[in-house]
Amino acid sequence: MTPSIAPRFILRWEPAQQAHLLLFPEGVVKLNGSAGEILALCDGRRSAPEIIDALQQKFDAPDGVIAEGVYRFFSEAESKGWVLT
Amino acid sequence: MSDLSIPRGLPMWLTAELTYRCPLKCSWCSNPLDYAAYTANELDTDEWKRVLTEARALGAVQLGLSGGEPLLRDDLEVLVAHADKLGFYTNLITSGVGLTEARLDALIAAGLRQVQLSLQASTATLTDRLVDARAHALKLEAARMVKARGLPMVLNVPLFRHNLGEIDALLRWAAELGIEYVELANIQYYNWALMNRAELMPSLEALREAEQVVERWREAGKRGEHGMTLYFVIPDYYEGRPKACMNGWGNIHLTIAPDGIPMPCVEARVLPGLEFPSVRMHSLDWIWNESPLFKRFRGFDWMSPTCRECPDKEKDFGGCRCQAFLLTGDAAATDPACSRSPDHREVAEITRRAGQPIHFHMPLVKRAATAVIAEATEEVQ
Ligand SMILES: C[S@@+](CC[C@H](N)C(=O)[O-])C[C@H]1O[C@@H](n2cnc3c(N)ncnc32)[C@H](O)[C@@H]1O
Ligand code: SF4
Ligand code: SF4
Repeated sequence: MTPSIAPRFILRWEPAQQAHLLLFPEGVVKLNGSAGEILALCDGRRSAPEIIDALQQKFDAPDGVIAEGVYRFFSEAESKGWVLT
Repeated sequence: MSDLSIPRGLPMWLTAELTYRCPLKCSWCSNPLDYAAYTANELDTDEWKRVLTEARALGAVQLGLSGGEPLLRDDLEVLVAHADKLGFYTNLITSGVGLTEARLDALIAAGLRQVQLSLQASTATLTDRLVDARAHALKLEAARMVKARGLPMVLNVPLFRHNLGEIDALLRWAAELGIEYVELANIQYYNWALMNRAELMPSLEALREAEQVVERWREAGKRGEHGMTLYFVIPDYYEGRPKACMNGWGNIHLTIAPDGIPMPCVEARVLPGLEFPSVRMHSLDWIWNESPLFKRFRGFDWMSPTCRECPDKEKDFGGCRCQAFLLTGDAAATDPACSRSPDHREVAEITRRAGQPIHFHMPLVKRAATAVIAEATEEVQ
């Protein structure tokens, strides 16, 4: 699976809020830290395992924790229409 | 229509009213009655660019380019390009009149993300009568052009007595075209709509019927028969619950009028005793954070005791200031749409009258520069 942000959505780092925002017609979602980090890696080129790898290198977490979080996030984000997998 | 989970205090939603000029003459238009007086004072391209830059620095992310008819500004492409470079999510709010294939392509190339198109009826006869121009065919053509380019689209249907029965037909058309969002927006009664209120205001029965139509479409959506997101709210007049107007005064919304006057909402200029500092004279940072205008109804301190002691004040912020002023004469009063307001009887009376058949129909006053003068003369007589 190679996740990408759905075309209607735009991800943006917002200095004024120190957070990633997801912009879409009629709305704004302020993402929490991990959701922002994950989405920022969804460029349509990286596969899900590559995204997990990248996060694992950045954040020192026990094996499996990041992977589980990432897959849980993808299923939620997909149901909200944010990402295509 | 903002997500309530977002943090408060930043002007995330910016509406730039580029001009009040417009080829249509809607009798419910929210523009000021003296809209023609603004033409000579419109901000120029560089002034708008500066405003956009400053707003973005303050944390604005969603930009609505509105009016009047924004397509009448021939620097629209330049402003869209500037906004996109700054990182705005830019939405064109238009009647569709004046949109051409070439113009749309140029706007998309400049970074336009979304189009909000207004449409009032499913037939040319009714639309054209309501907006007092041959606009229906142009609006349908605009919708087709936008969808052909895959841009997300919001259909805005301003609702009133004359077109409540159009919802079903309009939704059928919108579903077929693949429109993503439909705002079935019961009009707000300010300015032109207030002038025509007696004619425009629907009965509660008609609203309930409309609500059922919308409910059926929502059910169909859940069954996967269409992909539209529908917004429909029974107006606050009828529910006894005030709206959380603008999500609070000076909280997340900022509107700039064509002449550079910043407003907490598009109607704020009806309020007396407020000083409106122009973006020509002040930085947007000062205007948003320091100006008496934006502080005037921020938070809870200004509230009447009715609201200050009410547990719902964080939900609705005491309702709408403009409505409070227009119906009670006091802008700091509890919104009379609220059943707890001492002035709620007035609203109840207006809605009761809306339920009765009108025996003597008055012609709708069309938005026109001369209409206001006619109105003023009548008052003198
Ligand atoms: C003032 S118009 C300007 C843009 C463009 N001329 C148009 O009509 O789409 C902005 C939006 O406000 C809506 N509108 C106009 N009068 C209104 C009112 N009294 N209450 C609520 N919405 C209104 C229009 O349908 C439109 O979607
Ligand atoms: S609501 Fe009608 S009259 Fe008012 S600006 Fe829009 S199209 Fe023009
Ligand atoms: S009394 Fe004021 S705060 Fe309470 S519900 Fe009514 S308008 Fe809202």
